[in-house]
Amino acid sequence: MKHKTFLWFVLPSGVAMFLFIALPIVSVLIQSVYAPHEQVVIEVENCGPFGCTKATSIDQAATAALREAEPLGRFVGDDIYTNRNHLAFAEIATLWAGAESLGMFWSQLLNLPFYGALAFTLTYTFVVTPGAIILGFLIALSVNAIPRVFRGPTIFFSLLPMIVTPLIGALILFWMIDARGILGTALQAIAGDPTLSVKASTPLTWIMLMVYGIWSSAPFAFVVYYAGLQTVPQDTLESAMIDGASRWERIRYVVLPHLLPLTTFMALIKIMDNFRVFEPIVSFNAAAHAQSLSYFIYSDLGGETRLLSSAAATSVLTILGVAILLSPVLVRTWKSFGKA
Amino acid sequence: MSIAANRRSPLLQTFLGAFLILWLMVAAFPFLWTLWGSFKVEGDFFSKADWSNAIFGTLTEVETGAPFTLDGYYGAWVQEEFWRAALNTLIVVVSVVVISLTFGTLGGYALSRSPYRYAFWLLIIALMFRAMPPITLVSGYLLPFFQWNLWGHLPTTIIVLVAINQPFTLWMLTAFFRNIPKDLDESAMVDGCSQFQAFRHVIIPVMWPGVITTGLFSFLLAYNDFAVTAMLLSKENQTMVPKIASFLGTTQTKGNVMFAVASVVSVTAPLFVLVLFFQRQIVSGLTAGAVKG
Amino acid sequence: MNVRTRALLSTAILLAGATAASADCGIEAGRVSIVGNEFPAIQTVASGAAACATDAVEVKANLTADHQKINVAGMSASPPEYTSAIIANSSIVALMNEDVIRPLDDLVAEYGQDLSPTQLITIDGKVMAVAFMANAQHLIYREDVLEQIGMDVPKSYEDVLAAAEKIRAEGIMEHPLSGAYMAGWNLAQEFVNMYLGQGGEFFAPGSAEVTVNNAAGVAALETMKALSEYMNPDYLTHDSNAAAAEWEAGNVALMNFWGSRTAVLQDAEGSTPEVFENTKVSGPLMVGDSGVPATTLWWDGFTVAKNASDEDAAATFRALVNGISPDILNAETMGQAVWMIDGYEPAPVAAGVFATIQSGAKPYPMLPYQGLLHTALGNNIADYLQGNESAEQSLADVEAAYTAAAKEQGFLN
Repeated sequence: MKHKTFLWFVLPSGVAMFLFIALPIVSVLIQSVYAPHEQVVIEVENCGPFGCTKATSIDQAATAALREAEPLGRFVGDDIYTNRNHLAFAEIATLWAGAESLGMFWSQLLNLPFYGALAFTLTYTFVVTPGAIILGFLIALSVNAIPRVFRGPTIFFSLLPMIVTPLIGALILFWMIDARGILGTALQAIAGDPTLSVKASTPLTWIMLMVYGIWSSAPFAFVVYYAGLQTVPQDTLESAMIDGASRWERIRYVVLPHLLPLTTFMALIKIMDNFRVFEPIVSFNAAAHAQSLSYFIYSDLGGETRLLSSAAATSVLTILGVAILLSPVLVRTWKSFGKA
Repeated sequence: MSIAANRRSPLLQTFLGAFLILWLMVAAFPFLWTLWGSFKVEGDFFSKADWSNAIFGTLTEVETGAPFTLDGYYGAWVQEEFWRAALNTLIVVVSVVVISLTFGTLGGYALSRSPYRYAFWLLIIALMFRAMPPITLVSGYLLPFFQWNLWGHLPTTIIVLVAINQPFTLWMLTAFFRNIPKDLDESAMVDGCSQFQAFRHVIIPVMWPGVITTGLFSFLLAYNDFAVTAMLLSKENQTMVPKIASFLGTTQTKGNVMFAVASVVSVTAPLFVLVLFFQRQIVSGLTAGAVKG
Repeated sequence: MNVRTRALLSTAILLAGATAASADCGIEAGRVSIVGNEFPAIQTVASGAAACATDAVEVKANLTADHQKINVAGMSASPPEYTSAIIANSSIVALMNEDVIRPLDDLVAEYGQDLSPTQLITIDGKVMAVAFMANAQHLIYREDVLEQIGMDVPKSYEDVLAAAEKIRAEGIMEHPLSGAYMAGWNLAQEFVNMYLGQGGEFFAPGSAEVTVNNAAGVAALETMKALSEYMNPDYLTHDSNAAAAEWEAGNVALMNFWGSRTAVLQDAEGSTPEVFENTKVSGPLMVGDSGVPATTLWWDGFTVAKNASDEDAAATFRALVNGISPDILNAETMGQAVWMIDGYEPAPVAAGVFATIQSGAKPYPMLPYQGLLHTALGNNIADYLQGNESAEQSLADVEAAYTAAAKEQGFLN
C-alpha cells in the first residue's frame, strides 16, 4: 500500500485520536512537571452565620503577576514524580538505611501510598487476567457442547455480567455480600461463622474484588473464544483423530495453538484494563482495604482542592506501568509483524 | 466442531453441562434477583433486617398493600422522565457505533495492508493511548470544552467516545482484515481498481461479520460509559447511566434507589432482543476475524 | 408515602413556584446558569430561581453529585458556562483559590435588601457568598432503648460509650452505634469533628504547617476506635446512606448524624413504628474536657462567577435571591433543611442543628489548604482503625501525605 493512500485511510481515525488522546497526553506530561505557583497566603477574618473566625486566604493580587508571567506554573522537574505521594525515592532511601530486616523494610515500603497501591494493582492484574481468560475459555467449551437451540439464550445470560451497568451491578452485589445480604448469609453458613463479614476484612475484600473482576470480564473472553472455537480447522482435527490422538492431545496440539493469537489479544486488553482498576473499589466502598493507582487519580481529582499535577504524574506512571507489563507481548508482536 | 462434539464422552458431557449450569447461575443470579426486587420497595430490596424480605416483600406489603409494586418503574419512567435519557442514549450509541466502525474499518484495513514498520508503530502508539486512564482525559477536556462552548452537547460526547474507543476498534479490525486474503483486493487492483475502489467493491462485502463483532464491543462501551458521559453532558442531554447515577446521588432520597433498580431492569430487555438477533453474526464475525491477533 | 403522593407533592411545589413566578423578579435580561449538588433543598432553591425565567431571562440548573468536578472549569471560561455555583463552606475554598467568584457587595447593596446580615459570608471584608441553609452533625438517639437501660441522653462521647456498653451487655443490640465512617471524605470528617472536640488545631497559626500528630490527634483516633468497637464490623464501608439504612432497620440506638438527614429517619417510610416514633434528636457531643463540641457547623450558599457579565451577574444574583425568598417555603420544603430564611418555622427535628449552633461549635475551617488535609486524613486513618499501625504512625502518614500535597500546590516550600 502506498504511503499516500495509507495516510488517507488512517486519517479520520488518526485525527480523532490525535485531538482527543495525544494532545491531552502531551498536556498531562507538561502538567506533571509543573506545579502551581507558590501561594501568597494572608491572614483574613471570615464572617458568616456562625460568627467571625480568623483564617487565611490566598492573596490573588500578589499571585496574579506570577501567573501572568508563567501561566504554566513553576517548573518542578521530577519533584512530583519522586515525592512521597508517588515514587518516594527519598523516603525509600531512609527506610532502607533504617530498616533492621528485609521484612520490616517491606512492610514500611507498602505503607507508602504508591507502593501499597501497586501491590494491590499488580495482584489484581495477575489474578484477574488469567482467571477471566480461563473461565471464559471453559464457558466457551461448554456452550459449544450444547444443542444449537439453547445457545442464543445461553449467550445472552453469559453476557449479563458485562451488559448490566457496572454502576448498578456493583451496588447490588455490594448489598448481596453484606453480612445480612443473601450471599453474605450463605458465606456465613458455609464457613460456620455467624460473625463473618467480607467487608470488614482486608483479605476477604481483596478476594471479593478479584472475584468480581473475573465475573465481570469473563464474558468478554467467552465471546472471543467461542467464536474462535468455530474456526478450528475441522480437517486438522479429523486427521488428528485418525492418527489416534486422544481428546486431550487434540485440544493440546490443535485447538490451543489455534486460539493462541486470540489469547494474546485478550491478555493485552485485559492486563491494561485490570491495571487501571478503580471502579470496583469505588462501588464497593473498599478504599479502606484496597487502593489502586487509578483510585489515587480519582481521589486527587475529586477532593475539595484538586491536585492536578499529582493526578497527571500518577497518570503518566500508569501509562509507563502498562508499557512495562505489556512489553513481552509487544516484543512478540514486533517479531511476528509482517509474517502474518 | 460438530463431529468432535458428537464423540464427547458422556462423563465429559455431563461435566461441561454441570459447569455451564453453575456458570449461568452465577452470571444471571444477580440480575434475576434485581428483576424480582425491582417490584419491591427499598426497605425490602436492601433489607437490613432479613434478606428473605427481598423475596417475600414484607415491607412492600405494609407500605403499598400488595406484595409487588410498580412504583419504581412509575417513578423512573413517568415522574423522572427516564425516556429522555433513553432517547439520548440511543442517539449517542448509534452515532458512536457508526462513526467508530467507519473510522475503524478504514484505518484497520490500511494497517492490515501496509508492509511498513510505521504501521506497527502506529498500532503500538494506539495501544499506549488506550493505557491513559479515562478520568484524567476527561478532566483535561473540561477547561477547553467550556471555553469553546463545546461542553454539554451530544456531538462532543459522541466524538470523545469514538476517539477513546478507536485504539480497541483499530486493533480488533486490523486483526480481522489480516484474515481476509490479500489476493482478493490485490487482484482487483491488478484489474485497474484504485485501493479505495478495491476496498469498496471487494472488501466491504466480506467484512460484515468482523465489523459487527467489533460493533458489539463499541456498543457496550458507549452504552455503559459513565466517566465521559457523567462529566461532559448537561442535564438535558443526560444519557441513561448518569441518569441512573443521579437517582442514587450522594444523599439518597428515599425511593429513588428503586428508580435506579427499575431503570436498570427495563433497559436490559432491549439488549436481550439485540443479542438474540445478532448472536449468529457475533459468532461468525469472530470466526473470520481477530483469530490471528 | 408512596410515589404517587410524592408526585402530587412535587406538583404542589411546581405550583408554588408558579405563584412565585407571577410575583415577577424584575429582571430585564440576562442568563442564569446554576451548578450545584443534587439534594432536595438545593433543588428547591434552583426551582425558586427558575421562577424568574422570562423570554429575556434564561434560567437553567445542573444539579449533580459531580458538581465539584465541573464548577471550577465551568466558571473559568469566559463567558462562563455557569454564572453561579452553590457550595458549602468547605467547597467555596476551591473557588476562592482559583479566583473564579466575584465579590457581591455591590449586588447586595442594590438587590439584597431582604437578606439578613447573618446570611452574608464575608472573607477579608468582602461578601463572597450568600448562605441559605445551615447544617451540622449531632446526636440522634432511640428514646425507647435509653429508657430500657435507664440512662439519660448522652452529652459526651464518654456517655455514648457507657450507654453502648450497657445496651450490648443487656443484649438489646449487638452494634448499638453507627455513623458515616466510610474511608475517604466521611471518615476524615469524623476525625475533624473529634479532633476539634479534643481542642486540637489543624495548622500552626497563620501558616500551612500541619500539626495533627499530637496528643489531641491520638486521643481523637483512640475515641474513634473505641466507638468503632460498638459499630457494625463493616463500618468502614458505611456512608451516611448506609448509616441511615442501619438506623431504619432498628439496629442502632445512638449515632452522630447530619441534621439535614434526620427528618427522613422520623417518617414512616422504610421503617417500623418502633423505630421512627422513638427517633429523637439532641445536641452535639462533647469529648474530653476542651469545652468545644466534637462537631462542625456548615452552611450552603450561592456564589456568582467572576467572568459573568454585569448583566448576567445581576440577573443571577436576583434570581437566586428569589430562590431563597420566603416564598419557597411550604409544607414540603420546610422540612428539607434548616433554612436561614425569614418565615422558617423550625420543626422539632431542626432542634439538633440549633442546639449545635448555640453550643459554641466551630464552623468547618475555611482555609485554602484544609481540603488537602481532609483528603490525606481520608486516605490514611483507616489503617489505624483496622489495627494495621499505631495512631502516631497513621498521623505521621497523614502529615507526610499532606505536606507533599501542600508543597505541590505551593502552600509550603
